[in-house]
Amino acid sequence: MFETLILILDSTVRLATPLLLAALAGLYSERSGVFDIGLEGKMLGAAFAAGAAAAVTGSAWAGLAAGILVAIALALVHGFACITHRGNQIVSGVAINFLAIGLTALLGQDWFRQGGRTPPLSGDGRFTNIQLPFAEALRDVPVIGGLYSELLSGHNLLVYVAFLAVPVTWWVLFRTRFGLRLRAVGENPAAVDTAGISVTWLRYRAVICTGILCGIAGTYLSVAQSAGFIKDMTAGKGFIALAALIFAKWKPVPVMFACLLFGFLDAAAIRLQGQEIPGIGEVPVQAIQALPYILTVVLLAGFIGRAVPPKAGGVAYVKERT
Amino acid sequence: MTAPLAIELVGIDKRFGSVRANKDIDLKVAKGSIHGIVGENGAGKSTLMSILYGFYHADGGEIRVDGRPVTIADSQAAIALGIGMVHQHFMLVENFTVLENVILGAEGGPLLAGGVARARATLKRLAEDYDLKVDPDAVIEDLPVGLQQRVEILKALFRGADILILDEPTGVLTPAEADHLFRILKVLRDEGKTVLLITHKLREIMAITDEVSVMRRGEMVATRQTSKTSMGELAELMVGRRVLLEVEKQPASPGRPVLQVENLTARDGRGVDVVRDVSFEVRAGEIVGIAGVSGNGQSELLEAIAGIRPVRSGAVTIDGTRLDLARHPVDAAAMRRHGLAHVPEDRHRMGLVTSFSEYENAILGYHRDPAYGRGPMLDIGAIREAARVEIEKYDIRPPDCLLRTAGFSGGNQQKIVLAREIERDPVILLVGQPTRGVDIGAIEFIHKRLVALRDAGKGVLLVSVELDEIRALADRVLVMFDGRVVGERAPETDESELGLLMAGAAQEAAE
Repeated sequence: MFETLILILDSTVRLATPLLLAALAGLYSERSGVFDIGLEGKMLGAAFAAGAAAAVTGSAWAGLAAGILVAIALALVHGFACITHRGNQIVSGVAINFLAIGLTALLGQDWFRQGGRTPPLSGDGRFTNIQLPFAEALRDVPVIGGLYSELLSGHNLLVYVAFLAVPVTWWVLFRTRFGLRLRAVGENPAAVDTAGISVTWLRYRAVICTGILCGIAGTYLSVAQSAGFIKDMTAGKGFIALAALIFAKWKPVPVMFACLLFGFLDAAAIRLQGQEIPGIGEVPVQAIQALPYILTVVLLAGFIGRAVPPKAGGVAYVKERT
Repeated sequence: MTAPLAIELVGIDKRFGSVRANKDIDLKVAKGSIHGIVGENGAGKSTLMSILYGFYHADGGEIRVDGRPVTIADSQAAIALGIGMVHQHFMLVENFTVLENVILGAEGGPLLAGGVARARATLKRLAEDYDLKVDPDAVIEDLPVGLQQRVEILKALFRGADILILDEPTGVLTPAEADHLFRILKVLRDEGKTVLLITHKLREIMAITDEVSVMRRGEMVATRQTSKTSMGELAELMVGRRVLLEVEKQPASPGRPVLQVENLTARDGRGVDVVRDVSFEVRAGEIVGIAGVSGNGQSELLEAIAGIRPVRSGAVTIDGTRLDLARHPVDAAAMRRHGLAHVPEDRHRMGLVTSFSEYENAILGYHRDPAYGRGPMLDIGAIREAARVEIEKYDIRPPDCLLRTAGFSGGNQQKIVLAREIERDPVILLVGQPTRGVDIGAIEFIHKRLVALRDAGKGVLLVSVELDEIRALADRVLVMFDGRVVGERAPETDESELGLLMAGAAQEAAE
């Protein structure tokens, strides 16, 4: 029983990682007042770029760099449309999602001719699992062995990066000048403007942060979790991440717990497939797979109280002519 | 004139498209003085100050600070020159603490820790020097407006401002808060700071300024020593002719009750009761004024009676028809059919669709009137004709019913709303802030119109945060505080007594 639980939790961590990276990515952008439903598209674009670059160069690090660059580029497109040209943030986000779906499939087929996949990665082309010190030695110690050797140890580098990003984001947001200004510009850009700070530049920096984290999230999918890019491999994770972000009311630590919850549901769903549940019988796979989404709706529909977004979110800043 | 100048403006010009907002402005502000700038809305005061604060760039002219010619490229440059501004709408982040707001933009390094500690010490010193006490860890949205304004002043002083510009600072304050602000400004002056006070309230100018400059239609028309001028002279300079500060009217002769409100209770958007158990009546041929500091339930009261806001309990009787609004809600259209008309407080949000033409706005809410069409079809010709008649009658300028409403000035927009509501011959008219953002000429017209409506035997319920307006127009004054009517007074009542009521003094004494 304990072992089963550890296994589920272990896969919870793996499944929560891309959600966490994407949700933190969204946090930077949305806290600055730029809503971003294009997390999905940026992740997908990054996953493809990372898979392609890793396959061509044989280096996971080259994949990571490519993933981050592409995600930043897409984030800047969003920024150019919404910040510079005051376009509608939702429309721009949707456009980026579609762009990513279409382009990754098209370029993938054109470059590699494997039905939209990138060539399978192996060896240095992937981020492989890291054994923490003493993990082997402690493996047989009861409880601690399970927790340390199974749960904490044996993940790839990007998993640790994702969880490290939580305290780092908190620190940036609440302990640095950049964070203070970022939070301010999402609440009242006029206050930032009259303090002599450029609203535009600040928001651009925020969406670049979003791009970096989305890039890592996408890279994780294709170069760490899987061994190559598969068409539409994000499968709505960007939207789940967005839900987690709202669920967590745009705060870093609650974001982590929200993502872990969604990851846990996913892990449990996988675990429950084909299992007989006493009194119910075998639950259809589809029903279990739908569980995380159903929970999202239920949670967002009222269990969390009112989620108050950053006040200036979704609105382009225009200097008032008074 | 030997006092050194803090600010000197020479020949400042500013255009917005075809509009010349500032024409060849000269201004001299002596160091260590309180200098008032008065003018009607749209006279160019705010534009001028925005130029001084680096928000806009002047098209021509020169700015000198402490005798040296300067260029102010942006707000950062203005701050560096020691110019601080307290905006009419506070530039505060509401869910930040006082301290966070004060250091925003002047953090003193990429990490907050050091700057916060320094700011805490500076705030303490400023609080002692200038009697500006605020808890640095309080969150802005929990603070009353008066304290929020103090934070704005602290923000400027923290940045080392020697010249402080205040744009309409008392609009949102209670009389007591305004008095406190004036005391603070005097302390600042006595400590050697220069204060520029922009306002359209002449009484404030007379009360605290040393010198006053008057602007009219983008021009600086005069500068006077405050001790050598009078409110009458300033008002005349502002509008270019003598205005009636008093509204001429005969004593009211109230008839039958046309609006009776019984025990009305209503909530705001957050679910808090903001109108609590309010009862009163308005008779035919009288104007009842509701005075109070903005945000004490007056707006919600108007909306509840007009049928826009759900009522929790209570009833309203219009011209003899009793409506139990809590049990059987009545919408705004039905209210109108009962003979009620409503000039909402915020004409942009509720009174007009500013992207529509004038004639379209002239029938909003009355578009089902058979005079304007049949079934789903509108009779555009008839509507335009009716609009032209109203334009003529209410002197709406420019007289063009095809013009987009956004293209009219505030005063003319208000006249469009007023014409629409009055011309439907209501038995009771609800009016909220009839002259907010309206120039003096239009104010006079609107006031006369309301009195004429009263004299025609209609009831008028007037809500305004301008006490002068209430006192000039109303036959009876009800004061609202914290959702309740806390007293009824005659309009001649001493202003300080009304002020105390508005500040909730009666409430506190009772508790």
